[in-house]
Formats: sequence, C-alpha cells, structure tokens
Amino acid sequence: MTTMDPPAQPEQPPLAQPASASELFFTFNRLALQGFGGVLAVAQHELVERQRWLSREQFVEMLALSQVLPGPNVVNLALMFGDRFFGLRGALAALAGMLVVPLFIVMALTAAYAEFSRMVMVSGALRGMGAVAAGLIIATALKLMGTLRSNRLGRPLAAAFAALTFGMVALLHWPLIWVIAGLGSLSITIAWQRWR
Amino acid sequence: MSAFFHSPLAGPELLGLFGHFLVLSLLAVGGAITTAPDMHRYVVAEHHWITNAQFSASIAIAQAAPGPNVLFVAVIGWNVAGPIGALVTMCGTLLPSTALTLTASRWGARRRETRGLRAFTTGLTPLTIGLLVATGWLLAMPYLGDGGVHAIGAIALVAVSIVVMTRTRLSPMWLVGLGAVVGALGWV
Repeated sequence: MTTMDPPAQPEQPPLAQPASASELFFTFNRLALQGFGGVLAVAQHELVERQRWLSREQFVEMLALSQVLPGPNVVNLALMFGDRFFGLRGALAALAGMLVVPLFIVMALTAAYAEFSRMVMVSGALRGMGAVAAGLIIATALKLMGTLRSNRLGRPLAAAFAALTFGMVALLHWPLIWVIAGLGSLSITIAWQRWR
Repeated sequence: MSAFFHSPLAGPELLGLFGHFLVLSLLAVGGAITTAPDMHRYVVAEHHWITNAQFSASIAIAQAAPGPNVLFVAVIGWNVAGPIGALVTMCGTLLPSTALTLTASRWGARRRETRGLRAFTTGLTPLTIGLLVATGWLLAMPYLGDGGVHAIGAIALVAVSIVVMTRTRLSPMWLVGLGAVVGALGWV
C-alpha cells in the first residue's frame, strides 16, 4: 500500500501527548460528533493524523484488543486510550466525551423521528451519508494495511489472514466469535513461533 | 412517538431488561451490533414491548446520528420505556464490558513486551484489518443493490470517500456533508 501513504514520511516526527483529562474529553467529544455512521474512521483521523497521540501501529494494536474484548469497539478504544494516559479518570473522561453529547442528540432525533422520516430529502441525505460512512471505513482499513509491512508474520501471510477474515465475515457471514477463535488462534500460534 | 404514551415498565420488568443487557454486553465480541439479533428476540418477539419496525428504526436513527453506533441500544431502551429505559439499557450494555476492558488492558499493559502478548497482537492485527474491510463492505452493500442510477451514485460516493481519505488529510466531515447533499438531491 506504499502508493496510498501520504507523501514525505520516511521518519515520523515524535508523537505528542494529551495535556489533561479534560483535553481527552473534548477531543473524544469532537471526534464522536463528526462520526456519522460510526466513529472509527474519525478516531483514526483525529488520534493518529491530527493530534498525533498514537502511531498507526499503536492504533491498530489498540483496535485489535478492543475488537477481541466484548463491548462496542470504539468505546473500548476510548477507555484504553484514556486509561493509558490518565488512569481511570482519563478512561471515564474519554468515555463521557464520546457518549454524553451524542446521547442527547440521538434522543432528540428519536423524539423527532416521526416528522423527519416523512421527508424524502432527509431520507435521501441519510442514504448518502451512509454510503460515505462505508467508504470511510474501507479507507481506514487501507491506511492501516501499511502496518502489515512490519508485521512479524511477514507481509504475504498477514495479508492472507486479512483476506480470509474478510471472506469469512463479509461473504460467508460466519459468526465473528468463531472466526476469531479459529483463525485468530492459528495466526497467534504462528506469530508465537516467529518470536524466538 | 408512541414511546411517550407507553406506560413505563414495572420495576421487575426493568430489572429483567437490565439483566438481559448485562449478559449481552459480555457476549458482544466484535461490537454491540453483533448482539442486535438477541436484543430483537428479547424486546420484540418475547415481550412485545416494541414492534419490528420500531426496532429497525432504532438502529437506523443511531446510524444516522453522530456518535458511536452503540447508541442504538439507548434508542431501543427509550422506545421500550422512555428515558429510564434508555438509562437501563445503556448502563447494562456498558458496565460489564467497561470493567472487563479496563482490567484486561491494564493486565496487558504490564506484559506488553512479553512474547505471549506480542504474539497475540501480531496475530490479531491482520484479522482486525480484514474485519474493517468487511464492515465497510457490509455497510456499502444495501446501497449497491438496485443496480440503477442510485447504485452508481452510491458507488461514486464510496469511491470518492476512499480516494480523498487515503490521499489527503481532509476532515471526514466534508465527505459526510457531500454525501448528505448528493443524497438529498436524490442521486443515491
């Protein structure tokens, strides 16, 4: 995916750090409010590209853990991120930033839904936003694919595992828990053996 | 709107709702949405607290609103029992997974450099990326179905989003705005 990377980054400048728990609150609030149809793409944009609080490798590592653990992925990601810098206080600040304001918005929309859904332009706009949300997720995946280059499994094997996961989940609709248990234990075992 | 005229559930029923979402929280590997079928079974098929259409609309509203998709859980709770219902389902969904995530990530942070944990994250990273592509694929599919002008508009939007996001550092907000305009014009 070399051609997809933004230009001029042979040596990344050092990462920054959030200054306080309240900065976490406002950053996660801002990224949640930009996240129509899901927050993940925006989270990657804000945390990696804009704030530079995480490298791509750190982001994908945290995302891997938050996907394996039960619960909403981006919520788990916010908790882990906040906890890493400011402990429980940071975790709760990031969580509150991500949930509180969007919760009020979604409740207001629920109350107004009957009015909105009758308007053709509104339902059309929602469809357009949904299509963009899908594109944003795919773009995020393409960006993170760059991290497979440094994966200890080796690039071809790592790419094969990614492709198999895609096929099993998107095309065969197998339950995620079995895909992770089966394919995941295989890939972890191979990685274990590479690490001598 | 019927939510406002619903009599809220009695205490034991609210407790049952809370307990059910507590259990589902720990089963939600891969995101809260993976437990939606079982939420449907509980609140629609078994207890008839909301209709099928209300259930689907709950997910659609949360998808369209800004914020994490897990908020669909709050909308379902609201439709079942008003604001109290939203509180009950959200707390039920978040408490167990939050406690587990914090415990696990602290445990993991102390062992970051061990061979076992490195193998764990190295092995799961490719699956994570495959899963992201799958999520984007599944989100895009409903828009590509009819094969007509709407599918072309949707494919164009997906493609433009991918190119702009991978080639520039533009905020995703602009793309979402573009999607809203193109959709409102009836092209998607």
